[in-house]
Amino acid sequence: MALLRCRGVRKEFGGHTVLDQLDLTVAEHQVVALIGASGSGKSTLLRCVNLLEELDDGTIELDGEDISDPRVDPDRVRRRIGMVFQAYNLFPHLSVLDNITLAPRRVHRRGRAEAEAQARELLDRVGLGAKADAYPDRLSGGQQQRVAIVRALANSPRLMLLDEVTSALDPELVGEVLAMIRDLKADGMTMVLATHEMGFAREVADEVCFLDAGRVIESGPPEQVLGEPTQPRTRQFLRRIIEAGRL
Amino acid sequence: MTLLDHVPSEAQLRRSAYRRQQTVYSVLVAASSTAALGTLLVIAVTGAPGWDRVRRSFLDPEIARDALPTVLSGLWLNVRLLVCCAVGALLLGLVIAVLRTLRGPVFFPVRALAAGYTYTFRGLPLIIVLYLLTLGVPGLRLQGMPPVLVLGGIALVLTYGGYLAEVFRAGIESVHSSQLAAARSLGLTYRQTMRHVVLPQAVRRVAPPLLNDVVALQKDVGLVSLAGPIDAVRAAQIATAQTFNYTPYVVAGVLFVLLAIPLIAVTDWVTLRAARRQSGG
Repeated sequence: MALLRCRGVRKEFGGHTVLDQLDLTVAEHQVVALIGASGSGKSTLLRCVNLLEELDDGTIELDGEDISDPRVDPDRVRRRIGMVFQAYNLFPHLSVLDNITLAPRRVHRRGRAEAEAQARELLDRVGLGAKADAYPDRLSGGQQQRVAIVRALANSPRLMLLDEVTSALDPELVGEVLAMIRDLKADGMTMVLATHEMGFAREVADEVCFLDAGRVIESGPPEQVLGEPTQPRTRQFLRRIIEAGRL
Repeated sequence: MTLLDHVPSEAQLRRSAYRRQQTVYSVLVAASSTAALGTLLVIAVTGAPGWDRVRRSFLDPEIARDALPTVLSGLWLNVRLLVCCAVGALLLGLVIAVLRTLRGPVFFPVRALAAGYTYTFRGLPLIIVLYLLTLGVPGLRLQGMPPVLVLGGIALVLTYGGYLAEVFRAGIESVHSSQLAAARSLGLTYRQTMRHVVLPQAVRRVAPPLLNDVVALQKDVGLVSLAGPIDAVRAAQIATAQTFNYTPYVVAGVLFVLLAIPLIAVTDWVTLRAARRQSGG
């Protein structure tokens, strides 16, 4: 059964169409990678799924519920979705531990001791246990992004949205974040990730969707979309990526 | 490899020596230019034809000593009023700023009132607000009317609350929208996002301008004396009227500056700390 189903999704910004008749289905435990040039609508789609943007047409269903219905409480929907951003977006005035426990304590009404124990356990698992009391600006980019992923996981989401989570990182820090996503896949987490890391998309994704001008132009198993693309636009995009030495 | 083992090269030693020499030279230049300017100022003021008369009527040590106790007791009123009004105006400003950010049609009247308040009281001269409250309100002859001092304090809080509200609002708007997106994506409600994510960052960022307004408030609290209570400036005025000598004003002025120094020092310190934090720490 599909966990997430987008049908005919349309989003405009000031007369410019960013998403156009977009369809996407994500099954439970499936990992879908969205690829495409900057401005092709990858991030906007993720923001629409998390109700950070209002749709201009189409529907989005999560667990069979139409979450694009304006009568739906967005806070209740977002509790089931974890989102990680390109620029980490950690709260700079809170320690790592407080960043992670904020939502469990305030949204999910867990006690401080329980929330902190869970946060420390998650941090230990990704090798950041020693950083629990540090402030975000004392951490490297890779560490900050791993904390951001832990922060999203602490709410036990049904679905994770990862928006170019390695794009702001120095090359030598990309690996540690990708390793964490690999572990998430092994745990069966359902994920939609916008990425420029073609090698990683090929390795971790069950399905790759190539977006161009707000539409899914081509989708399928990674070997097919990245190896033998049928659409000329996809081929052109991949050629540019290869020329840039990113595949 | 460590810093301690490092032996500086010939070139570095020459550079260090040159820099030391330059530092000595700068200090000498600064000292002599300061001395020259100071001497010129002293000569210009004390050499002025009216200097003796000015010194007698503004800088008489005996009159200063006599006026000090009354001016000081007036200053005590300033201090108490400052503390109360600063706390009141900060709270009022924060509440108004938050009310102005509320969204949704239910809050339209609240938003409109809050916006109207900041427009009105930032436009209205403080003296007019003071007169309206301390002379107009008691004229209503209502039961349980608070004393004039409290009414004057309310006038100060209303006026400064308007300025501080705008400072708080600027701080709230300076928190990047990605912080809101991160908080909302975690399922936090709008209120929780404001309380736990936006306001803590906003207040930290605008602490220096807020304190700057408190320094300005310190000088304006004395205006309540227009309605009767005797503050430091009014006490100096009374003393001046008795002796026909302006020295008490100078005494009051010096005391005000002394009072402001710690507050300004705190402001500078907070500003410096904020600047350091923003530069990445």
